[in-house]
Amino acid sequence: MSDTLAPSAGRHAARPLFDSGDWTVADIERIHEAVTEVGVGELGLELYRNRIEIITSEQMLDAYASLGLPHMYRHWSFGKRFARHEILYRKGLTSLALEMIVNSNPSVCYLMEENDATAQATVLAHAAMGHNHFFRNNQAFREWTDADTILDYAEFVRNYVARCEETYGLEAVERTLDAAHALQSQGVDRIAPRHRRTVEEELRRIAERRRYERETEHELWRVVARPIPQAAGTDEPADPDTEAERRALALPEENLLLFLEKQSPSLKPWQRELLRIVRTLSTYFEPQRQTKVMNEGCACWCHYTIMHRLRDKGLLTDGAMLEFLHLHSSVVAQPPFDHPRSQGINPYALGFAMCRDIERICTEPTAEDHEWFPEIAGNGTPLETLKLAWSDFRDESFIRQYLSPQVIRDFHFFRLDDDPADEALVVGAIHDERGYRRIRRALAAQHDPGENRPRIEVRDADLRGNRQLRLQHTVRRGRTLDALEARRTLRHLSTLWGYTVVLDEVDDETAKTVATHRQEQH
Amino acid sequence: MDSIVDRRQHPRGKNLGNRQRFLHRARSHIRHAIKENLKGRGIRDSESGETVSIPRDDVHEPEFVQDARAGRREHVLPGNREFVEGDRIARPPSGGGSGAEGSPDGEGEDAFTFELSRDEFLEIFFEDLELPDLVKGRIAAETSAIPERAGFTTDGPPVRMNLERTMRHSMARRVAMGRPTARAVAELEDELERLRSGAIEPADGRPAHARIAEIEALLKRADERRRRVPFIDPIDLRYNYYERVPKPVTQAVMFCLMDVSASMDEDMKDLAKRFFMLLHLFLTRCYERVEVVFIRHTQHAQEVDEDTFFHDRQTGGTVVSSAFGEMLRVVGERFPVDDWNIYLAQASDGDDWREDVPRCTRLLSERVLPICQYAAYVEVAREGSIGDDPLDSSQSELWRAYEDIAESRPQFARRRIARPADIYPVFRDLFRKGGVDA
Repeated sequence: MSDTLAPSAGRHAARPLFDSGDWTVADIERIHEAVTEVGVGELGLELYRNRIEIITSEQMLDAYASLGLPHMYRHWSFGKRFARHEILYRKGLTSLALEMIVNSNPSVCYLMEENDATAQATVLAHAAMGHNHFFRNNQAFREWTDADTILDYAEFVRNYVARCEETYGLEAVERTLDAAHALQSQGVDRIAPRHRRTVEEELRRIAERRRYERETEHELWRVVARPIPQAAGTDEPADPDTEAERRALALPEENLLLFLEKQSPSLKPWQRELLRIVRTLSTYFEPQRQTKVMNEGCACWCHYTIMHRLRDKGLLTDGAMLEFLHLHSSVVAQPPFDHPRSQGINPYALGFAMCRDIERICTEPTAEDHEWFPEIAGNGTPLETLKLAWSDFRDESFIRQYLSPQVIRDFHFFRLDDDPADEALVVGAIHDERGYRRIRRALAAQHDPGENRPRIEVRDADLRGNRQLRLQHTVRRGRTLDALEARRTLRHLSTLWGYTVVLDEVDDETAKTVATHRQEQH
Repeated sequence: MDSIVDRRQHPRGKNLGNRQRFLHRARSHIRHAIKENLKGRGIRDSESGETVSIPRDDVHEPEFVQDARAGRREHVLPGNREFVEGDRIARPPSGGGSGAEGSPDGEGEDAFTFELSRDEFLEIFFEDLELPDLVKGRIAAETSAIPERAGFTTDGPPVRMNLERTMRHSMARRVAMGRPTARAVAELEDELERLRSGAIEPADGRPAHARIAEIEALLKRADERRRRVPFIDPIDLRYNYYERVPKPVTQAVMFCLMDVSASMDEDMKDLAKRFFMLLHLFLTRCYERVEVVFIRHTQHAQEVDEDTFFHDRQTGGTVVSSAFGEMLRVVGERFPVDDWNIYLAQASDGDDWREDVPRCTRLLSERVLPICQYAAYVEVAREGSIGDDPLDSSQSELWRAYEDIAESRPQFARRRIARPADIYPVFRDLFRKGGVDA
C-alpha cells in the first residue's frame, strides 16, 4: 500500500488538498490517499482494507437503524429506531454522527454527503484510520468478532429471516425475535467463548470416572458411607443418562440465549436458529460496548495527529485547520456534570484525553508521572506505548492502568456515593492525593460491563417433570432488578422456554432471596 | 487496495420493511393519535404529513435492567467546582422514575413521537372507509387511454417532427463538420464582386487578381463542402414521442355548497370547512383527480374560489334552491355526467326561506341526486344550542324537509354537528364501509 503512495507524496506536498468546503469523489480519493500516507506510512497503523462509501443522510439513518451493518434482517424495532432518529434529525435536535464504520474486513466506512471537505478528511482520519486500526488490533475484537465473515453473515441473516417470514408468517417470526431481543444482553459469554460438553461427552466422562473409581477403590472405603448421586428434587438415585443430560446443561449458565437455543423443550429448529442469530450479533457488538472509551480515544487521537501532520506538510489551508479545530473541540467537549446538556462522561473526551496524556507521559514526564507510571514515563516511544494499550486493554482495564492524576485533575472528577439508606449523597473522593486512586478504581468499575449489568444465570431446569426453569439474579450491593421490566422480560423468556419460568433475586452478601418473579406458562 | 464507492444514487427506502412492521405494530395507537390530531388541523395542512405521539407500550423493548433507585452506587462525575471529600449533597427530588409498581401493561412512560408521511397518514386515516359508489369509476378505467409526452425519438410521422430539436442537432452537426455558413459565403462573394469592379484593393498590397483567384478557390471549396455537408441530414431529425397512458382511473368533482347568509357565523363556517376538508382528503385518496367547486349562496348562488368561499362575508336572505340551480348549471357546462363522479356536500345552518323548501327538496330529489354518486347534508349548529346529542333539538326547516329523501335515497345522508370533535365521527359514520346508513 505504501508503495503506491510514495510517488504521490511529492505531487501534493506544496498544494493544499482542497481550498473550499466543496468536494468531488476525486477529492475524497486524494484526501484519503494523503490521510493514509500519514496513518499507515508515518504512524504505522495496521488496517483492514477500507471500503469508503459516500452516502446521503437518509442512508445514514438507514445505517443507524441497522446498527451500521450494510444488511440487517427486518424487524419493527429497527423501524422504530429509524423513526426516532429521523424526527430528532429533522427537528434539528441532534445532528447525525459524522461517521460510522463497520468492524469488518474490508472495513466499511460511511461518509455523509452533507459534510464539507474538512469534515470528510477528519472522518477519514478518525474512522478509516483510527477505528480501523483499533478493530484490527484490539484483543477484545480479535477474540469475539470475526471481521472476515460478518458481512456475509449479515447477508445470510437477512435472507434467512426473510425466508422464515415467508414460511412461518410475519407474526411468528416477530414473536420469536421480540423475545430474543429482550434477552440479547444475556446472550454473550462474558469472559470468553467457552466450550460446552455435549451429552455424549458427558456420558463418556461419567463412565470414565466410574471406571477410575472402581479401579482405585480400596477395601477400607467400603465401610464409609458414601452419598449416592441423586437427581435434583427426587429421591431416586441418578441414572447415568439423566445425570449426563443434567451435566450437559452446564449449569449455572449465564448465556440465557444460548441455553434456550440448546435446551428449550418447545422451540422449532428455525426458532433456535433465530436465537442463534440474535446471540451471534449480540456477541459481535459486545467488544464495542466494552471498549467505547478506548475506541473513540484511539480514533480521536489519530484524527488529531493526522490532521496536524497534514497541516505541517502544507496540505491543509488555515481555514480548513480552524474548521477542523472547531469540529474537534466540539467532539471532545466535556460539559460539567451540572450542565443542562450533560450526559455524563463523554467517551470521546475521556479517551482522547487519556491517549494524549499517555503521549505526554512518554515524552515529557513529570515527577508525578515517574512515580505513577515508572514503566512508561519518559520512555520516548509514545506511539508504541499507545499501540500496546490499544491492543491489549478494555475500557475497564485501560482506565485502571493508565488514568493519571493529571487527567483526573483536568476533568475535575469526583466520586459521588449513593446509598439509599443515607438521605444525602456523599462526595467520596475528589481530585486530590487521597482521591486519585479511589476515583480511578470507581471509574474503572463504572466501565466494567460485568459490574454494571445484572448477573443472571440459569440455575436449574427440570427437563422431565414440570419443566420449570429457574433463574437467579445475583444482587450485588443491593441493586435489584426493575420489577416491571423484569416481569415483561420474563414473559418473553417463558415464550421461548414454553413452560413456567421463575427468577429469584438473591443477595450475594446475605445469600437471602430478596425477590421472586414468576411467569406461568401461557 | 482501498476503494471508494459513491452510493448516493442507490435506491432509497431500504428501511421500508422495518417501517411497515413498526407501523403495523403501533397501528391502533396511531389511529387514535391521528383522530386526536385532526381536531386541531387546518384545511391547508391536509396535504402534509403528521407528527404523532403514541404511548410506548406497544413498541417498548423490555430487558433485564437494574432498578435505578435501589442499591448502593458510586458515580464518577466530571466538572467538580466546590465539593471536597465528605461533603453531603441533598438528593435531587426524585423525578418520577419509571413506575416499578405499575401494572404490566399500562403505565406512564414517555410517549414515543415520530413522523408519518402523508401517504401513511391517509392510509391509516381512511383504512376502513369506502366510497359509496365506485362502480362508474371502474368502468371508466378500462375504456380510455390518452397520449402523453414521453421524450423524443429518431423516427416518426412528419406531423410529429420536433423542429427545435431537429434544428439543434442540425446546427451542432454543421458546426462540427465545418460547413461554411451562408453568411461567410456571401461575404466572400461580395468581396469578389468589389475586387472585380475595382472598388477595393487587397489590404496586403497584393495585386487584385491574386486575391481574386484565392477567393474563387475558397468559394469553390466552400461550395463543395456545403454540398457534402447538408443543411439537414436525416440523422438530425427528431420526433415527439407519445406514450399512451391509461386515462386517470377515475375523476371526481366535489361540490361544496354553503349557506353564507348572516345566520352562519365564523365558528359555524369553520365547522363546515372541516367537513369539506375531510371529504376532499377522502376523495383525493380514492380518485386520481378531484375537482372542487365552491358554491356559496344567500338568496343568490354563485361559484367562487376557495378563499372567498370561506372568508368573504355576504349578507342576504337564504334561498337554498339557488345553490342547486348553480350546481346544475356548472355540471352542465363543465362536468359531463358520463365522465365525472359527482359528489355533493352541503353545509347549512338549516335556515331556508319557507316558500323555497318544497322547491328545494324537489330539485334535490329529481335533478341533483340522480346525477350524484353521493350527497351529504351537514347541518351545523352553534355550540351549546343543541344538547350533547346533536339530534335531540328543535329541528330546522331543511332537516325536516330532507327527512323523506334521507329515508328513501341510499346515496343521501344527513347529520348535525356542533363541535369540531363531532366532525370526525360523523364523517366516519357517513362513509362507513359497506354502505350508507342514514
